[in-house]
Amino acid sequence: MNSKAYNLFLKDFRSELRTRYAINALAMFIIVAISVILFSIGNEKINENLTAGLFWVVIFFTAMSGLSRAFVSEEERGTTLTLQLIASPTTVFSGKLIFNVILVFAMNAIIALLYGTLFEDFVIKNFLLFLATFVLGNIGLAVSSTIIAAIIAKAGAKGTLYPVLSFPILLPLILTCVQLTLFSFDGTSFDKSKFELAIVVSYDVIMITVSYLLFDFIWQE
Amino acid sequence: MSNYSLEVTQLTKYFGRRLIFSNLNFKFVDNGIYGVSGPNGSGKSTLVKILAGIIGANKGKVTHSINGNEIIEEKIHNHIGFVSPYLVLYEEFSAEENLMMFAKIRGVEYNKQRVDYLFEKFLLLKRKDDFVKTYSSGMKQRLKFIFALMHSPQLIILDEPTSNLDDEGKNSVYEIIREEGKKNIILIASNERNDLELCSETIFLENYKQITG
Amino acid sequence: MVWKIFLFLLLAFVSVAGIAFPIVEKPSAWYEFPFIPGLEENAKIIFFHVPTAWVTVIAFLMSTVFSFRYLKNKNLDDDLKSYVAAQLGMVFCILATVTGAVWAKFAWGAFWSWDPRQTSIFALLLIYGAWFALRSSIESEEKRATLSSVYSIIAFVTVPFFIFVMPRIMTGLHPGSADDTNLGPVVNFKMNSNMLLIFFLSLIGFTILYFWMWQVGYKSLIYKEKIQKQLLRG
Repeated sequence: MNSKAYNLFLKDFRSELRTRYAINALAMFIIVAISVILFSIGNEKINENLTAGLFWVVIFFTAMSGLSRAFVSEEERGTTLTLQLIASPTTVFSGKLIFNVILVFAMNAIIALLYGTLFEDFVIKNFLLFLATFVLGNIGLAVSSTIIAAIIAKAGAKGTLYPVLSFPILLPLILTCVQLTLFSFDGTSFDKSKFELAIVVSYDVIMITVSYLLFDFIWQE
Repeated sequence: MSNYSLEVTQLTKYFGRRLIFSNLNFKFVDNGIYGVSGPNGSGKSTLVKILAGIIGANKGKVTHSINGNEIIEEKIHNHIGFVSPYLVLYEEFSAEENLMMFAKIRGVEYNKQRVDYLFEKFLLLKRKDDFVKTYSSGMKQRLKFIFALMHSPQLIILDEPTSNLDDEGKNSVYEIIREEGKKNIILIASNERNDLELCSETIFLENYKQITG
Repeated sequence: MVWKIFLFLLLAFVSVAGIAFPIVEKPSAWYEFPFIPGLEENAKIIFFHVPTAWVTVIAFLMSTVFSFRYLKNKNLDDDLKSYVAAQLGMVFCILATVTGAVWAKFAWGAFWSWDPRQTSIFALLLIYGAWFALRSSIESEEKRATLSSVYSIIAFVTVPFFIFVMPRIMTGLHPGSADDTNLGPVVNFKMNSNMLLIFFLSLIGFTILYFWMWQVGYKSLIYKEKIQKQLLRG
């Protein structure tokens, strides 16, 4: 099963290399979003709270601009039926999830690098905590975005509905991640961030479970 | 050659509150060619999609079994070949790339010999390295047959198999249907007289429009 | 019919009693409410704010249960039931938000201060706003029912996070918050017995009202569909 999902991911990856739909759009989106923020800040000095918040705001909207393609592109091209004929729902969801996880990690790494160089207050004191937040947050973000993308694609709704549906689902994750990012700026120890980390871990676990359970219903019309 | 059987019991399907068919019962045990017929909008495509496990029914059961053992839902897709006007292959890849990817995603061996034989049969051998987006609609239709047959499925479902095809294409389709019909179960959903003449048994969906039991 | 009159009398009594009964230092008559420090006259809104919030919770719980049932049985009636419950839930959710904001203005000084429960109810409004937006974007009844059921279950599993996450991230003002020693009028029974009686009568009244409204809403949708079908045939 794993190799099937991996091969499905490879198909998407090669298709992406040929068409470059998501990569181009995401790269441009990141540049635009960060420059808008930099312009509006100007010479003002912003505090850590705002930096951490803006970091996840950019991540959220970047995800919303690109991650729905995983399913929407299949539905647009009419290849959903083809996928249904060659793979079980579990394989399809796993393949799409791998693709989105990798996409999320790539884009968030770029966003983090840009923030690190461009924002004075983006100074991480507890790097390991930041890394843990980054990894766990990305997984949660990818899972929720993928399952909502599947709903959006089947609903035949255009892009506007995607952030609307995703935001309330991602809200607890994003709020906790903002908090954890702040902790990593302050140099708070792992021990004191246990509660928040536990929330992110359980969010990831619950979302993965629910997504796999419900995907069959979405996929089988 | 294969001991595949397809059994349908008490199958009922609604779209919203509109009845498509109800209480459909049949069983295909022997290899051969079977047909589903009915006017436009009578639910032929819906029925074959339910049989292939792509959409669910409201009531009833579809059982696929091989050598007497029921196949679990997660695995049915590897025993089925499916051709339909709604089927679309990936246009940014070549025909052969498409088929190789599909074999990998299915988790089965890519049988190059068989695929080349099928390319030959459907007169596409010279064009197999071209992107699918350069294909005409008739060529795409023929490619769908290769897609449906490449993994030697035991149940072949053909929804309007001869649409978009010229006479030459139709002939190769009929030839291969007769050939495969000896080894496997073939189900044709169509209104074309020529298509239905091949079938040994035909289900008329118009007969299942009453709400019963 | 009898119970409708009963419900009318009950809610009429609760409204009149809740608004008109005076608050005094030492209640002696049966119609007098006790003076609760920090709440004063504002306390009266409790008879309307808490029941609307309570009904919101029942409605959304019911909507999720019917969504779940729809996925299990694929019966479109369950989807209608879920839809009607969510509609009413939305109405009561707005009422709870507004009465809460009014109360907050007088008790805490501002209409809105992102208290954990305010944030949660805001998230609830967002979830169901999104849910209705999703429903209205889908033509096919079955698809609409399936996708909105799936979404409501996904949304439902995020609710516990709001309950656990919010109080940690922001300081609470509602009674019962993590850093609040004053448990509030409901939790530690600062209300005297007649106040409690009217409070619970109001809870019961609003609950019955909700179930009645839900039934009427559901029936009207069924009739609407029947009429549409007949018009199509005729």
